[in-house]
Amino acid sequence: MAGKKKKDNIQIQHPLKQLKRLMAYVFQDYGMHCAAVLLLIVVSVLANVQGTMFTRTLIDEYIQPLLLSDRPDFTPLLHAIIRVAAFYGIGIVSTYTYNRLMVEVTQGTLRDMRNDLFERMERLPIQYFDTHTHGDIMSIYTNDIDTLRQMISQSVPQFINSAITIVSVLVSMIILNIPLTVVTLIMVGIMVLSSRAAAGTSGRYFVEQQINIGKVNGYIEEMMEGQKIIKVFCHEEETEEKFRELNQKLFVSADRANAFANYLGPINAQLGNVSYVLCAIVGGMLALNKIGGFTLGGLASFLAFNRSFAMPINQISMQLNAVVMAMAGAERIFRLMDETEETDEGYVTLVNVTESADGTLTESDHRTGKWAWKHVHQEDQSVDYIKLEGDVVFDDVDFGYNEKKIVLHDIQLEARPGQKIAFVGSTGAGKTTITNLINRFYDIQDGKIRYDGINIKKMKKADLRRSLGIVLQDTCLFTGTVKDNIRYGKLDANDEEIYAAAKLANADGFIQRLPQGYDTMLTGGGAGLSQGQRQLLAIARAAVADPPVLILDEATSSIDTRTEQIVQDGMDKLMHGRTTFVIAHRLSTVQNSDCIMVLEQGRIIERGTHDELVRKKGRYYQLYTGNQIGEA
Amino acid sequence: MIQTLLGEVKEFKKPSILTPLFMVLEVLMETIIPFLMASIIDEGVEAGDIGHIYRVGGIMIVAALIGLLAGLAGGRTGALASAGLAKNLRDAMFHNIQGFSFSNIDKFSTAGLVTRLTTDVTNIQNAYQMILRMFTRAPASMLCAMVMAFSINVRLASIYLIAVIVLGTILILIMNHATKYFQQAFPKYDDMNASVQENIAGIRVVKAYVREEQETDKFKKTSSNIYRIFKKAECNLIYNAPLMQFTVYGCILLISWLGAKMIVSDSLTTGELMSLLTYCMNILMSLMMMSMVFIMVSMSSASAKRISEILTEESDLKNPEEPVYDLADGSIAFHHVNFAYQKDSREPVLKDINLEISSGETIGIIGGTGSAKTSLVNLISRLYDVTEGAVLVGGRNVREYDMESLRNQVAVVLQKNVLFSGSILENLRWGDKDATDEECMEACRLACADEFIQRFPDKYNTHIEQGGSNVSGGQKQRLCIARALLKKPKILILDDSTSAVDTATDAQIRRAFLEEIPDTTKLIIAQRISSVQDADRIIVMDEGRINGIGTHEQLLKTNQIYREVYEAQTKGGGDFDENGGER
Repeated sequence: MAGKKKKDNIQIQHPLKQLKRLMAYVFQDYGMHCAAVLLLIVVSVLANVQGTMFTRTLIDEYIQPLLLSDRPDFTPLLHAIIRVAAFYGIGIVSTYTYNRLMVEVTQGTLRDMRNDLFERMERLPIQYFDTHTHGDIMSIYTNDIDTLRQMISQSVPQFINSAITIVSVLVSMIILNIPLTVVTLIMVGIMVLSSRAAAGTSGRYFVEQQINIGKVNGYIEEMMEGQKIIKVFCHEEETEEKFRELNQKLFVSADRANAFANYLGPINAQLGNVSYVLCAIVGGMLALNKIGGFTLGGLASFLAFNRSFAMPINQISMQLNAVVMAMAGAERIFRLMDETEETDEGYVTLVNVTESADGTLTESDHRTGKWAWKHVHQEDQSVDYIKLEGDVVFDDVDFGYNEKKIVLHDIQLEARPGQKIAFVGSTGAGKTTITNLINRFYDIQDGKIRYDGINIKKMKKADLRRSLGIVLQDTCLFTGTVKDNIRYGKLDANDEEIYAAAKLANADGFIQRLPQGYDTMLTGGGAGLSQGQRQLLAIARAAVADPPVLILDEATSSIDTRTEQIVQDGMDKLMHGRTTFVIAHRLSTVQNSDCIMVLEQGRIIERGTHDELVRKKGRYYQLYTGNQIGEA
Repeated sequence: MIQTLLGEVKEFKKPSILTPLFMVLEVLMETIIPFLMASIIDEGVEAGDIGHIYRVGGIMIVAALIGLLAGLAGGRTGALASAGLAKNLRDAMFHNIQGFSFSNIDKFSTAGLVTRLTTDVTNIQNAYQMILRMFTRAPASMLCAMVMAFSINVRLASIYLIAVIVLGTILILIMNHATKYFQQAFPKYDDMNASVQENIAGIRVVKAYVREEQETDKFKKTSSNIYRIFKKAECNLIYNAPLMQFTVYGCILLISWLGAKMIVSDSLTTGELMSLLTYCMNILMSLMMMSMVFIMVSMSSASAKRISEILTEESDLKNPEEPVYDLADGSIAFHHVNFAYQKDSREPVLKDINLEISSGETIGIIGGTGSAKTSLVNLISRLYDVTEGAVLVGGRNVREYDMESLRNQVAVVLQKNVLFSGSILENLRWGDKDATDEECMEACRLACADEFIQRFPDKYNTHIEQGGSNVSGGQKQRLCIARALLKKPKILILDDSTSAVDTATDAQIRRAFLEEIPDTTKLIIAQRISSVQDADRIIVMDEGRINGIGTHEQLLKTNQIYREVYEAQTKGGGDFDENGGER
């Protein structure tokens, strides 16, 4: 969880590596753009330089001759001005063009980065989402990505621009006088060191700022979701107090980060001035004592160079805070990108087949309504087709969310195709955990789960999950129409299939009453619907997917008894011919199961049909008659 | 709009004023230093006077030092002022949001509020700092250069003035144009936030249906929208740099040409021409800075608008002018109440509800999914306002009460229970922050929570994880009931909040209510008939209307819905009394 980040993490890890990686990211997709930008910046700098040269020669080469002649002829000057103007024109055009290209590069990179982030996020294991606050993850997409904008669009071109100027000036300085160049470079060294110190400190606080902004983001998100509770308990003030605390922390880190970044400018500017004075003094002594044939004229030129040397350094240092901030953002971005993805070493895939009279299965490339597992044996590449039937076997399964704490012990169960298996037991007994293992949201520590006789570890996760329908207690709907949400179960479902599924789940009635029926837009996770209506939609969604195995995790818990009866009919129809795992606390849902498993503290303590278990007068009987008092 | 934002500067006024002053001081030093530099060249180096170099060099270092200090101080105060403004803005927005009604929140959406409090505030923070530091610095240094230029030659210098005016006008026009696009851009951010949010929340569904790729494609559309609109906005801004270059280059050439002519006609010296050209560079630099500020400002003006929308948004639910603080008793009355979540929706959720409940009564409410049971009770604690008709509590319209007092005396245990991270005691004290340990335990005994708390190793100091993930659904519900009881309410509403508690405990809790808090009006929404059957009266809700009211026996005889539900539940036996709260 973001809130538990250790203090020692607060530092940009390898800023240069981050920068390199970021640049690699930019170049990867916009290499041509970048090359063009580089070229155009050179052209633009050169145009500027020739302009400066012109103003230097203006007096000596054009105005002085004019003063000397009796009938001044302005034509050479006019020509020169036109020539310079032409170069300027080229410079202006290239400035415009590279800025235009940079917009493309910047916004394109940000977009690609967001897409990449999202794509990777979708591939992360469930565990990641169970252990990170939602708002903090959201913050990466906005606040952290945004830090890159200024850096890519302004800082990078500015750096190139300044670098070119620095190099050209440096060459001229070396040609003029080496000792003075050394003096200048020593001062530059000091500038770099002090910049690094300031930027480093600032960077630390920027990292802290980005972390804090993530926390604030997370807090706001959580509180908005829990707004109702806050209101009924009049807890607005306490909530605000907590917010103010987080906000204060954000303020402190933002303040420090910006302050240190702001120091860079004045420090470098004034060090530049000191450098100027030092050069004047050293140069003056050199020239007056005629050491190394250095002249006063040479010193004047050198001092001019010293000034033009300070300018680009100043400009760079002004961009540094954008860069430092971007590094802080990049770190968080890359950390999410580097999270280990859900691995999938499976190779058994699900394919459409046709079945001949003698029972041989032949793979087909179109929908046949019949499915089979295609098992390519790894040893000899021979192919087996195994009919998808929904036979699930747990063989001595142990599981824990971490190595130390095992929550499920020695789970042994067999579900034959079409059977209905129910799990009952107190909360925390591990009912939901078992279903999380079948679809491999989590992987088991020990034992084996076989599906149609195949170890599920050998199956491609996507195919495995496709063959399982799931309805969760906490239904989750997506922004889109009602129809879109049902179609989620099967993307190519036509409208008739959708209506049929909705009718099966008994959702058709209330959908018809919605303002735009099936085309009603749902926003905010279906905020306008009641809990029960949301569950009906989730059931319809599973119905349209038409899978051989169904997992119903408290799927009807929020549906009232009266509606449930009707839904139950639909559900029974839905369950017909399918292997179904049911978690429920309602007897009516469980009673007609082929086998009921009573779970307690991660172990199956009783199993059998309803009648058997009732006769046994054990734990199930206690639960059934409601005789036990208190929490199990 | 600007005033709303500036109103939040508050305690950071001092640094906000000091920053520009420091910047001006720094600029002054920066203007003096070139003179000293020139002096080093002209009177020191050229004249070969090393003593002069020392002297002026010394002065220059002092000036540099003053400049440094001013610069550092400006940097310090600038950061403080802008970070401070950002902090105050967030505080103020969060405060205002706390007063929002649900329809206010729906209007902005959670994702929208999150963006406004983070991204938009950061934009303002950056812009404010820019304005404080650069917006005084750049014009000041431009002014210095201008004054110098005018002191040399009025005619040539006026070229600068005209150029700056023309350029400034064009910049403002560009900015106005770009702002329009930026205003369209930020709502796209909200969309993106919403898309990420629902994917994180629904990741189990996404993965269960193997829809990762489809979701990614959907997200790509959202991010492309941001890309497109930002590109449009920024394409306006990129005219800034070339325009500036055009102006400055134009000035240089024009002055070279006119200057040359003036020199020939003896009205200008070559030295003066050189100085004029140097100032041109200074003006260029300040214009560059200003254009950066302009970009920031135009980007942030969209953010400023979005922030002030929150700050000026008035809650739909307002406290009355002269609020009543005390509920006379726990009686409740509904008079011809119609209610819809949105004003423009076709069909109201509640239709013509008439109801009289006297103080101390126990009322059961039962009804199908979407029959508006929850909506009905939400009106009592005024989480929403009625669309038509009136809700009376303690003989007065709920609108006459101070909202906090009303909600303190009407306790609601919600369907979706939320516990917050903290100890059990801390969670209980949400109900009454001054409750003693004994009072907390008493409430827990009433809610049958004491017995399981006592079994925890840390008892009442047991730490509850965020969202209450380390207690079971039934335990969570009992804690929430205890929390509500601590408020010692006149009206207690249980919205399907014993669904995960087993029947026996459920009955025990209800018995405790009857014996211990007989004067409290109790409204119990339930799915199980057993939870409501011994209530004084039972209300049967159906599609937003009251279908029947009466005792268990009466309803069995007269109400078809009630009879059906009853038969369905008794025929099938009992419940398993455990609701999976684990995820």
